[in-house]
Amino acid sequence: MIALLQRDLALSVRAGGGFGLALVFFLIVVTLTPFAVGPDSAILAGIAAGILWIGALLSCLLSLDRILALDYEDGSLELLATAPIPLEAVASVKALAHWLTTGLPLTLVAPVLGVLLNLPGPGYFWLTLSLAIGTPALSVIGTFGAALTVGLKRGGLLLSLIVLPLYVPTLIFGAEVARRGAAGMAPTTPLALLAGITLATIALLPFASAAAIRINLR
Amino acid sequence: MSLWEYANPRRFMALSGAVLPWVSVGAIAALVIGLGWGFFLTPDDFRQGSTVKIIYIHVPSAMVAINAWLMMLVTSLVWLIRRHHVSALAAKAAAPIGATMTLIALITGAIWGQPMWGTWWAWDPRLTSFLILFLFYLGYMALWAAIDNPDTAAELTSVLCIVGSVFAILSRYALVFWNQGLHQGASLSMDAEENVADVFYWPLLVSIAGFVGLFVMLVLIRTRTEVRSRRLKALLQRERMA
Amino acid sequence: MIPDLGKYAVAVVSAYGVTIALILVLIGVSLRQSIRTRQALREVENARMSKEVTPDTKKETELHG
Repeated sequence: MIALLQRDLALSVRAGGGFGLALVFFLIVVTLTPFAVGPDSAILAGIAAGILWIGALLSCLLSLDRILALDYEDGSLELLATAPIPLEAVASVKALAHWLTTGLPLTLVAPVLGVLLNLPGPGYFWLTLSLAIGTPALSVIGTFGAALTVGLKRGGLLLSLIVLPLYVPTLIFGAEVARRGAAGMAPTTPLALLAGITLATIALLPFASAAAIRINLR
Repeated sequence: MSLWEYANPRRFMALSGAVLPWVSVGAIAALVIGLGWGFFLTPDDFRQGSTVKIIYIHVPSAMVAINAWLMMLVTSLVWLIRRHHVSALAAKAAAPIGATMTLIALITGAIWGQPMWGTWWAWDPRLTSFLILFLFYLGYMALWAAIDNPDTAAELTSVLCIVGSVFAILSRYALVFWNQGLHQGASLSMDAEENVADVFYWPLLVSIAGFVGLFVMLVLIRTRTEVRSRRLKALLQRERMA
Repeated sequence: MIPDLGKYAVAVVSAYGVTIALILVLIGVSLRQSIRTRQALREVENARMSKEVTPDTKKETELHG
């Protein structure tokens, strides 16, 4: 399993693997926002937490179809399915690799981009924390979506359509934590709920992902 | 004689063919009576004026929208556990109906909200969860449409339906939380049941029966179409192989 | 005939109009698909029947109608 993780990480960091693309996309979203809503720093401060969450979510979405598509095309997914480790573990490792190359860098970059959007002082800590807790759920849910659409030739857009409604609870609680934190209110309740959703998805969704992969390989 | 007998396509076709005319006549009669009664014969509400008449389409369509998803969940589970093809096809057949009903509920809600709340749309948990339900329907139908192999499509959409149901419920509670977090106590959502007097109650009941009947009728028609098209595909396949 | 709907007439009538239109479209699409599949199936089955009438296919055709 560790070997699989190392392989996936190496593949995504290599040229064309998509690593860094998500970060650049995140930067672009944040850059474009003031052009769209105007440079008023009070307005930007109000929506900064939400924009950063939306940006992170969309950047995460970009690289989802790479989680499984390449392995499906060259047949290594079938090898993994017959390997001694269970497919549920494979799905979990894939999600972990996706998070390490997408969710984690996005979380680390978000506070820097927060400066551009005039994020209020107390918001930085809560934004980073909420992204750190929330983005694993995005990766796990995304892996499920990728598993559903892996057999399709052009599944990218369909993948987004399927995954985005599933992101709603994570986004609501994650952005709520960041917003309350930025506004100086107590964010512990949404934080607990966000952590609950993340833990539940990590615990349960790999089973659904593995089931979907099995169906697609049959 | 158990319920599972009807999972056999041939038995299903025979039974549904026999039942369909009755269901159709009953559904359309109930729909015409319920909506006609509601539109022409009920008095105006003293607060809402004549917009109260929208309730006869809004409430039944919303009920069917939710229960259609519930039915898809049950049929998906039946397909995954007991492998009855008709069950999977019934889930596929129900999705466009549910989506249409969700759309009707959203549109009539917006039309009602404009004069009553002064806005077409508010990010109230109830409205928002219906919008998300609509997105779920779209994703589900898109997945069905995208996959060529019908058995694979049936299984993957079933998995999506089950996972989607969990997330739909989660979203519903998240939205209630989210809305309260935004504007405390500002309850835009008028509960339909709380201000329904007897004059409005009976036509509403008939309308609900009409919408449910319409749903059953359409599910039967569409499932029969799906069964036939599956058979058609199988025959063509055999032809090509021969 | 049409009841007095007061100042909300446009809202009420448009709500009913949109709903009825959507339902009719849904019924129309469902029926059209149903008729088309039924015809296509019948054609294929008739073609098979004329080629070889085996008891098996005959029974299937009768039952599927």
